[in-house]
Amino acid sequence: MPDLLFELFSEEIPARMQKQASEDLRRLVTDALVAAGVTYEGAKAFATPRRLALHVVGLPARQPDTREERKGPRVGSPEGAIQGFLKSAGLASLDQAKIESDPKKGEFYVAVIEKPGRPTLDLLAEILPATIRAFPWPKSMRWGAASTSSSSLRWVRPLRGIVATFGAETEEPEIVPFEVDGLKAGNITCGHRFMAPAEIRVKRFDDYVAKLEAAKVVLDPARRKEMIRQDARNLAFAQGLEVVEDEGLLEEVAGLVEWPVVLMGSFEDAFLDVPGEVIRATIRANQKCFVLRKPDGTLANRFLLVSNIEAKDGGATIIAGNERVIRARLSDAKFFWETDRKVWREDTGFARLERFRNVTFHEKLGSQWHRIERIRALAKELCAVTGADPEKVDLAARICKLDLQTEVVGEFPEVQGFMGRIYAGQIGLDPSVAAACEEHYKPVGPGDSVPKDPVSVTVALADKLDTLVGFWAIDEKPTGSKDPYALRRAALGVIRLLVENGISLEIIHTSIPAHVRAMDDVKHAQLDRLIPTIEQLSDAGLSRRGIGKVWSDLERSRFPENLASDQVDHYISQIEDLAAFFHDRLKVMLRDQGARHDLVDAVLGNGQSNDDLLLVVQRVNALGRFLETEDGKSLLAGFKRAANILRAEEKKDGEGAFEAAADPALCREASEKALLEALSKAGEAAGIALDKADFEAAMRAMAALRGPVDAFFEAVMVNAEDPAIRRNRLALLATLRRVTRQVADFSRIAG
Amino acid sequence: MTAFPHGLDALRPDRSFQGLILTLQRFWAEKGCVILQPYDMEVGAGTFHPATTLRALGPRPWNAAYVQPSRRPKDGRYGENPNRFQHYYQFQVILKPSPPNLQELYLESLYAIGIDPALHDLRFVEDDWESPTLGAWGLGWECWCDGMEVSQFTYFQQVAGQECAPVAGELTYGLERLAMYLQGVDNGFELNFNGLEGEAKVTYGDVFRQAEEEYSRHNFEYANTEKLFRNFAEAEAECRALLAAGEGGEGQRHRQVLPAYDQCIKASHAFNLLDARGVISVTERQSYILRVRELAKACGAAWVKTEAGGAA
Repeated sequence: MPDLLFELFSEEIPARMQKQASEDLRRLVTDALVAAGVTYEGAKAFATPRRLALHVVGLPARQPDTREERKGPRVGSPEGAIQGFLKSAGLASLDQAKIESDPKKGEFYVAVIEKPGRPTLDLLAEILPATIRAFPWPKSMRWGAASTSSSSLRWVRPLRGIVATFGAETEEPEIVPFEVDGLKAGNITCGHRFMAPAEIRVKRFDDYVAKLEAAKVVLDPARRKEMIRQDARNLAFAQGLEVVEDEGLLEEVAGLVEWPVVLMGSFEDAFLDVPGEVIRATIRANQKCFVLRKPDGTLANRFLLVSNIEAKDGGATIIAGNERVIRARLSDAKFFWETDRKVWREDTGFARLERFRNVTFHEKLGSQWHRIERIRALAKELCAVTGADPEKVDLAARICKLDLQTEVVGEFPEVQGFMGRIYAGQIGLDPSVAAACEEHYKPVGPGDSVPKDPVSVTVALADKLDTLVGFWAIDEKPTGSKDPYALRRAALGVIRLLVENGISLEIIHTSIPAHVRAMDDVKHAQLDRLIPTIEQLSDAGLSRRGIGKVWSDLERSRFPENLASDQVDHYISQIEDLAAFFHDRLKVMLRDQGARHDLVDAVLGNGQSNDDLLLVVQRVNALGRFLETEDGKSLLAGFKRAANILRAEEKKDGEGAFEAAADPALCREASEKALLEALSKAGEAAGIALDKADFEAAMRAMAALRGPVDAFFEAVMVNAEDPAIRRNRLALLATLRRVTRQVADFSRIAG
Repeated sequence: MTAFPHGLDALRPDRSFQGLILTLQRFWAEKGCVILQPYDMEVGAGTFHPATTLRALGPRPWNAAYVQPSRRPKDGRYGENPNRFQHYYQFQVILKPSPPNLQELYLESLYAIGIDPALHDLRFVEDDWESPTLGAWGLGWECWCDGMEVSQFTYFQQVAGQECAPVAGELTYGLERLAMYLQGVDNGFELNFNGLEGEAKVTYGDVFRQAEEEYSRHNFEYANTEKLFRNFAEAEAECRALLAAGEGGEGQRHRQVLPAYDQCIKASHAFNLLDARGVISVTERQSYILRVRELAKACGAAWVKTEAGGAA
């Protein structure tokens, strides 16, 4: 079976786009083949900085023939319908159509359209150029003389050559005949830009890969990565060091070279005064080099660079050049580090916090200064539930964003938080306060750890809750796949902080004052935005009195004497909406952890606000355990039976018809009396247990219902002839529903 | 005046700053470029020279190379930082349409200044270029030599708000950095400027250190901000006035683009100085950049109505 070799040779493709591009290439070509009815055995795509390549194995030489029957109009239909049918089926006359009959429709025409399959080569000659023209580069460009026309080919960088050969292993492959914007597909490519720039004539994938390799090009990015990884480890090992592994960087450098050669350089020991993370960030971001660590875990004064050539001096010049650049970069980093430390040492009163007044957090939510003040206020309130030292929390909340003003973070945003911790530690602040500067951002994602120190936990909660309440206040909620402010992540962070630290917090209650503060800042920000307008009005010559009026109107809008009641309603509904958002996130989280989402729904269906997320999780867990037991399973079955009966009877008697208390006097059977008694006991016991948040005890109370419920259904016919007795029995079942709902809405539990 | 004790060696690109410039000029002259002189106004980058900004527009072929002193008032360090100057040189090449072998031509120019590809690691690393003030963007790379960025390589897609048709290729060499690498010095002020030794040697610091000190003081401390705000407003008004006055020449040609564009350059420089003086807030900054861009775009639109801009 023939194979396809397809290579698109271009000027350097950005490293970060190569992987997606090779996947897109494979998908587009194979999808088009499949759409044309052509199957294949396998397809693999590759990328280097200068080429995308695709190998499709086991293609047929021809597309399969197709046969299609198309139903036409009934025999004897009007001329117009007949003509339309002939035209659409491509028939010259009715003689070419069959006549079939059907007991319902009678006799009708059928056109048989047979299409012989085309040679795959011809299909490819259409598919490949179409793929090139429609290629989904994230950013593409025009170039050269052809770009005089706006319809000229677009590619990520200028496309220089196309290889497209098709043929079986045993024969000389054919070149797929096509041309795109003057570039003709052929069988010639080039080797390494510097080490083997000559043209290479290729036949099929096997000799293509081998010839490229001989011409100093490793086609497979996975292999380049492995080569770099191994060589880096070996070089490090030889020096008794260990590479600080960095998958992202590895992926990137593998996309910057066709022939990886790993070399080791060094820098002056003196730079090691600078924190390792800063050195690493400097060397990584600017130079795309790896750093190394010593056996004791500290950073070594070495780095690994990945060059694209085997230099004739063994790499000495390349190493020396890189060392020069790294020295200059580290000098800058050291300078930044020392400048920052000086600022932290000198401004011990943090007067520089005032500068945050000029830094916008969000246009509608005011400045970073406003945000810090909100975090402080909320953190202070949270201390009561987290048990953190309020003084430490206040200091941590004040300075947790202060490293955003440092030179190092300005240069390397990825070390924000970490630097705050280092600088705060350097000036001798309490370790918890210093740690909070870093940890209040945590958890950053589902895989990140959750802080444990109460100071960090408090500030982290305040930071995230303020974000959520703030964006809810200005109606910037996540929609669909859009979540530009990472609010889902913030909500998940809050949930994990609470659950993993065992903190009970009533979200709605806590959010109200936070919301009021956020709304106040929103008003301030509105006013601030209007000031330039007022100034313009004044420049335009509006009278003093006129401006005064505009101003006082604005002030009134900022400080309304009474909040209109509909506004209050709106605020409350915003907060309820936020609570619902938390519930959604909680469901997603529990589901991801393998908890049954029906249990989450059941617990949330208990008719209460459930804004204490820790309790919700504990209930879900207790409920899950209970339902594993025989008592649980049996009680659930009994409940379902009761609920079904109630639903049916409520249809007749109306919703809520059986909600009155059951009357002991109407209990004829012992099992009825027993159930009534059990329900009253269980209800009371569960209520007490729930007040103490003792869910195991609440479940035990439920378990005690199992026997009486089973016995009741065993002995009693609910729909008794006597209407009073029937109603009383139904009232017993409704009581069961109410009592169990204290714990969870059992009707939402599957099974 | 001393005779050349080292003969022409003094003009080797790895021996003198001027030798580097002369070599690049000769190289690109041989490739068919017109070698221009620096534009006689303060600009932030070689791209501002009308030989790039305006000539990149329209269908006519255009190949030029020149040195452009570039002023970045904010980068002043009072002559104390060996790598950062508020005035430095760019060598600029513009080729329209971009030739198919532009990468090879560029590499050849590196060989010409003594960078041997068998010894050095030369790389094209993604870097998309954008100039918000010029309303321009393009795709290309930073060109690395042994981990150091030595040039910018850009295929212009849009300049002064106009689509480039055809696309021009732009090369920008950072001359000081390149010379430091070639000469093997870590301090820019120690670059050998004239390639001579002993008493006859002139360094980059001899030529520019005092200027760096004085202009840093000027840019950060003394520049009269009131005058600069006025300059900005006046240049903006003048640019618009000239563009209006030049409208509607014979055959709808525009007749005042180059003088109008000079005013756009003046406004941009006034803004850069104000920015260095720290008197422009973050929000205002954006609006000033936008105002300069509007001028650049208006000039671009007018340019395509001129003969050199390809108007019929």
